[in-house]
Amino acid sequence: MLKVRDLVFRPIEDGVEKTIIDKVSFDVNDGELLVITGPNGGGKSTLAKILMGIIKEDEGQIIFNDKDITSLDINERAKEGIGFAFQQPPRFKGMTVKRLLTLAAGGSLSEINCCDLLSSVGLCAREYLDREVDGTLSGGEMKRIEIASVLATGHKLCIFDEPEAGIDLWSFSMLVKQFEKLHKNSDQSIIIISHQERIIEMADRIMVIKDGKVQGIGTKDEVYPVLVKGETHACMSEN
Amino acid sequence: MANIDETTQEVLNKIDEYGFKQEGAFNLRKDGTALCHGDTENIKIVKKEDKSGIDVYISKNAQGEYVHIPVVITSSGLNDEVYNDFHVEAGANVTIVAGCGIHNSGCDDSRHDGIHAFYVGKGATVRYEEKHYGEGPGTGKRILNPVTKIFLEDDAVFILDTAQIGGVDSTKRTTLVELNGKNSKLNVTERLLTHEDQVAESNMDVVLNAESSSAQIVSRSVAKGESKQVFHPNAIGRALCHAHIQCDSIIMDKANVKSIPEIDAEHVDAAIIHEAAIGRINDEQLLKLKTLGLNNEEAENVIIQNFLN
Ligand SMILES: Nc1ncnc2c1ncn2[C@@H]1O[C@H](COP(=O)(O)OP(=O)(O)OP(=O)(O)O)[C@@H](O)[C@H]1O
Ligand SMILES: [Mg+2]
Repeated sequence: MLKVRDLVFRPIEDGVEKTIIDKVSFDVNDGELLVITGPNGGGKSTLAKILMGIIKEDEGQIIFNDKDITSLDINERAKEGIGFAFQQPPRFKGMTVKRLLTLAAGGSLSEINCCDLLSSVGLCAREYLDREVDGTLSGGEMKRIEIASVLATGHKLCIFDEPEAGIDLWSFSMLVKQFEKLHKNSDQSIIIISHQERIIEMADRIMVIKDGKVQGIGTKDEVYPVLVKGETHACMSEN
Repeated sequence: MANIDETTQEVLNKIDEYGFKQEGAFNLRKDGTALCHGDTENIKIVKKEDKSGIDVYISKNAQGEYVHIPVVITSSGLNDEVYNDFHVEAGANVTIVAGCGIHNSGCDDSRHDGIHAFYVGKGATVRYEEKHYGEGPGTGKRILNPVTKIFLEDDAVFILDTAQIGGVDSTKRTTLVELNGKNSKLNVTERLLTHEDQVAESNMDVVLNAESSSAQIVSRSVAKGESKQVFHPNAIGRALCHAHIQCDSIIMDKANVKSIPEIDAEHVDAAIIHEAAIGRINDEQLLKLKTLGLNNEEAENVIIQNFLN
């Protein structure tokens, strides 16, 4: 359902061209959970942002449900059914949690549904509904509200960029349950960028991105050797 | 009950969010004269003899009461100046809902200068809400120049909530607050939206004369088009006191926002802080809203509305 072909992102920084995403191709099947992992700075977030239209690629093609969405703007991709949870969600002065989630749900969201949504990411609804999504929320709280904003409505494809980052252990197991539920009970395809073993365990397939390239893609057994090799390799090359 | 025409009612709906009713204590001023008014046992509204305007007497028995005093101008070319004085007895607790809406369908300028003075007795609490709004297809300008003077005695609390929600071509706002009583408190929220070639200027002097007095001033504004805004808040501390001024503006298009903070400590125990920030709409926020399916314009509007909410 998602076909990514030969994506290249090559920005110019200080007059020097730098290849961040280098001919990346892969597919995500209907209802599949693909976990993208790999070393810091490898290009995972950049790739995810290209999929959502937040970053414009220099080359390549993205086909979603047989439709070429490469030239679509972010909101048009959202309307096609793609959801996106940022690695670093922005804060909004004056915006309440309830308002944000209502927007995320497409304009209307009952108080009960809003509370359920917050509970599903481990937040006590009563305390958060009317709070502002601003600097007064902790990093972990922000991340969980960000995830709730993607869970607020149905998608055909959800992309989560390091959803576990900054989240405490107890909430993390809740989160894993949410992802399992999303994966089992719906035909949504899911891409999760993660470094967490428990999330990697859940994957149907794993893709390793390093230096902007696909180092390997496949089931856990297929990819695990690549992962281990990749890590040792990364350590050695840094010395 | 006085008859209220449709245009006036629509303007009232914009400036009185509680829904204006001819009940309780109220005074509706339309095109330069009082259209209707009502008193309660604890709140008396008396027309001034020497100039246009009213004296509002609020007794200590007023607890949680409301006074609605909207002003509506629908006739083009009117220049309305009005003096309203509020005498709030010690211990009273009231909410005053004011506001001015101009509907100008002609080619002449319509102008309203509301000069308000508040004398707030010991331990009284006043919440003053004021909304300014302009509309109408005419080319005549919609001009509002409010002057607000506030005098606070011991333990008095004044909450000033002002908003200019669009359509006002020119505004010059002058505010003077004297915290003369011990422990008196001022809390100001100012919200301002300008567009096209509108101009807005706000000068605010807050003088903290008394021990343990405090002031918290939050100003949020959005300037679109080629509009211009100037803020000049000034906090003067003359005793052991606290003041905090925070001005935040979003600038768009070809607008111009100027923030000229002034803080003046004349006492060794005066603690005064000023923060000011002007910046464009946050890109990250726009991106996030777009991932929720909003287009650029919708996303911008959501950000502005929430910022000014
Ligand atoms: N517009 C740009 N111009 C120059 N360099 C960029 C640009 N965008 C991203 N980069 C660089 O590309 C690299 C990949 O960044 P990216 O955020 O995609 O990594 P990541 O795999 O998500 O890392 P992490 O695991 O730390 O989140 C980084 O070195 C980053 O600095
Ligand atoms: Mg990343």
